[in-house]
Amino acid sequence: MRFALVGQPNCGKSTLFNQVAGYKAETGNFSGTTVKFKETKVRVLGDIIELVDLPGTYSLLGTNPAERVVLDYLIDKRVDAIINVIDATHLVQGLLLTLELMELGRPMVLAINMMDEAVRQGISVDGEQLEKQLGIPVMPMIASRGQGVRETFRRAWHAAERKTRPNPIPYSGQVEDAVADIKDHLEQKIFPVSRRAIAIKLLEGDPDITRRVQAADQKIGKKVVAYLDTLCHSSTRQAVWMIAGERQTAARDLANKVFSRGEAQLSLRDRLDDFLLHPVFGYLFLVVIMGLFFWAVYGIGSWLEEPLITFFDRLTVNLLSRFGQGGLLAQLIAGTIQGIAGGIAIVLPYLIPFLVGLGLLEDVGYLTRIAFLTDALMHRMGLHGKAIVPFILGYGCSVPAIMSTRIMEDKRDRFLSAALVTMIPCAARLSVIFGLVSFYLGPWAALGIYFFNLFIIAIVAKILTRFMPEDSPGLILEMPVYRIPTLQTVTAKAWFRIREFVVEAWPLLIAGSVLLALLNYYSITPYLDLAFRPITWLLGLPSQVGTPLIFGVFRKELSMVMLAQALGTTNFDTVLSAQQMMVFTIFVVFYIPCISTIVIIKNELGAKRMGFIIGLSLLVAVVAALITRAVLVLL
Amino acid sequence: MNLLNVDNGKWVRVKNFRGGHGIQRRLTQLGFLPGNRVRIIRSAPFHGPLLLEVEGREIVLGRGVAAHIIVEYI
Repeated sequence: MRFALVGQPNCGKSTLFNQVAGYKAETGNFSGTTVKFKETKVRVLGDIIELVDLPGTYSLLGTNPAERVVLDYLIDKRVDAIINVIDATHLVQGLLLTLELMELGRPMVLAINMMDEAVRQGISVDGEQLEKQLGIPVMPMIASRGQGVRETFRRAWHAAERKTRPNPIPYSGQVEDAVADIKDHLEQKIFPVSRRAIAIKLLEGDPDITRRVQAADQKIGKKVVAYLDTLCHSSTRQAVWMIAGERQTAARDLANKVFSRGEAQLSLRDRLDDFLLHPVFGYLFLVVIMGLFFWAVYGIGSWLEEPLITFFDRLTVNLLSRFGQGGLLAQLIAGTIQGIAGGIAIVLPYLIPFLVGLGLLEDVGYLTRIAFLTDALMHRMGLHGKAIVPFILGYGCSVPAIMSTRIMEDKRDRFLSAALVTMIPCAARLSVIFGLVSFYLGPWAALGIYFFNLFIIAIVAKILTRFMPEDSPGLILEMPVYRIPTLQTVTAKAWFRIREFVVEAWPLLIAGSVLLALLNYYSITPYLDLAFRPITWLLGLPSQVGTPLIFGVFRKELSMVMLAQALGTTNFDTVLSAQQMMVFTIFVVFYIPCISTIVIIKNELGAKRMGFIIGLSLLVAVVAALITRAVLVLL
Repeated sequence: MNLLNVDNGKWVRVKNFRGGHGIQRRLTQLGFLPGNRVRIIRSAPFHGPLLLEVEGREIVLGRGVAAHIIVEYI
């Protein structure tokens, strides 16, 4: 059996998922897109159930890719029961989606989550009455504490077992007539959901479903157009609106019957925005909070990095002395250890605290506040406040950052933020900035690189937006209430992203350093250096840095890890001047995104845009490095 | 009158929209249906977005979007 979790953003759906999934969950991949959703197996009444956590969606209209995935999944895939989660404090809005889901005609259960938050706000929801009104099982729930979770799954199991299909609430007058007539003319076999749902989607003008129905039956399209015309003439509004209006009326009627508001218990939490979104103090808090965040990440990271590096260095020396210095075996062993060490000692110490901290900021609700505060600034760069989320994520890893561009509705916005995000120094490039510049030239030089980086990104954004004028509507997002995150959701979220590194990127890192060891052993590296010579010559760098740069495309850390191998020493100040270190680092920060990022860009935006972003990053890297060289020479 | 002309804190009612389908759909999903009550809770400085209360939820709209929503005082 398969259950699907469906709900609006911030309804606590993921909390529920993490409650039942623990750490065993798998991320699934929807064919044709890369919108990832999580899957897990849950035991209910002795049965093993596949549980799918679909992305949060306000409706089934599919206005952005994440929402499209939900619609496509629910329409095409086998789902034995839908568990619809709604937020008790936003009952009317939640019920809008519930009504839409009921139209699909699949067995479903409604879980009213956040009953504790409702009580705090003085809201009471009569679940039994709602169950009577809707005719589907309704369960009050506090997912963060696990209350009502087991019962919800049990009732979903019963609904799936008996295949009880909900009776959708009928619309009024002409809309209902149109839906009923189109439904009668549809063939059952095209989609595994109710014909009523498809009829409604056709009237709403869903392009994808219209195309598929048309392909099977030409006549139906004419019928739909005819109805759209009549509906249009009888009202000032379009059909999609009339339907939305019908649902809105129904949802409000339902809410009036089951919802009552008493005395709210206001607390500090409700006053928090007066400080955190204050026109002056809000920005002060922003700087302090983000400063503390990065300070903590670097603090924890470097505290862990040092002893780990020492350990691996000793290990290498020990093993090399045992297997002989120059032999092939010794080279391979050294390469493998370097790859493993790169993951454990250089990446994970920064990645883990970063992801945990980011998860905290996200779950508390602060990331959305940052978008609100920075929207005006992002407009200067031709983007809007939502783009700040990929930007912040970008300091951790470009891959989740580019995935997160999906929250933007507009294609142009997605492309622009993806192009700019690849230039944000991720945790891997951070190891170059810190390992080379900060270590040899001091923390101020490292900070300078970060500012210079932002400066260049702003200029690139300015130039790009000149060619791609802003036509997106701008910022639209929901402000979640502040919530105290549970340890479980934060760790589960961080774990998903960490595992992505461990499984996908780390093997590449190890393979890359082994390959370099081989190339070194057979003296092939000079040829690679030669291929990169035009750029290294232009930037005034020694030709040996060519190979580390090529390998940096596999994983950015490799540029750093292999620099030692390529230059034959770990004391970089003996072979590189301060100016060369700066130029090298600036180049590494901007040039070609790593393989994993390239793959993600291709999946998200297509091969053409991927090619453009690669070319752009290389061009920007050369120009930025040349500026650095020129400025440092003049100084 | 659109949402940008409204003073912070005053309740208004949505009359209709300007602009394309995409925005209209998105706004309806968020509760900006004609007839619904809206209030500006606060606005971000430097010509930043508006924080609105509609249907018991808090929604952030950039000024470009807010200009699309035609409202009237209650």
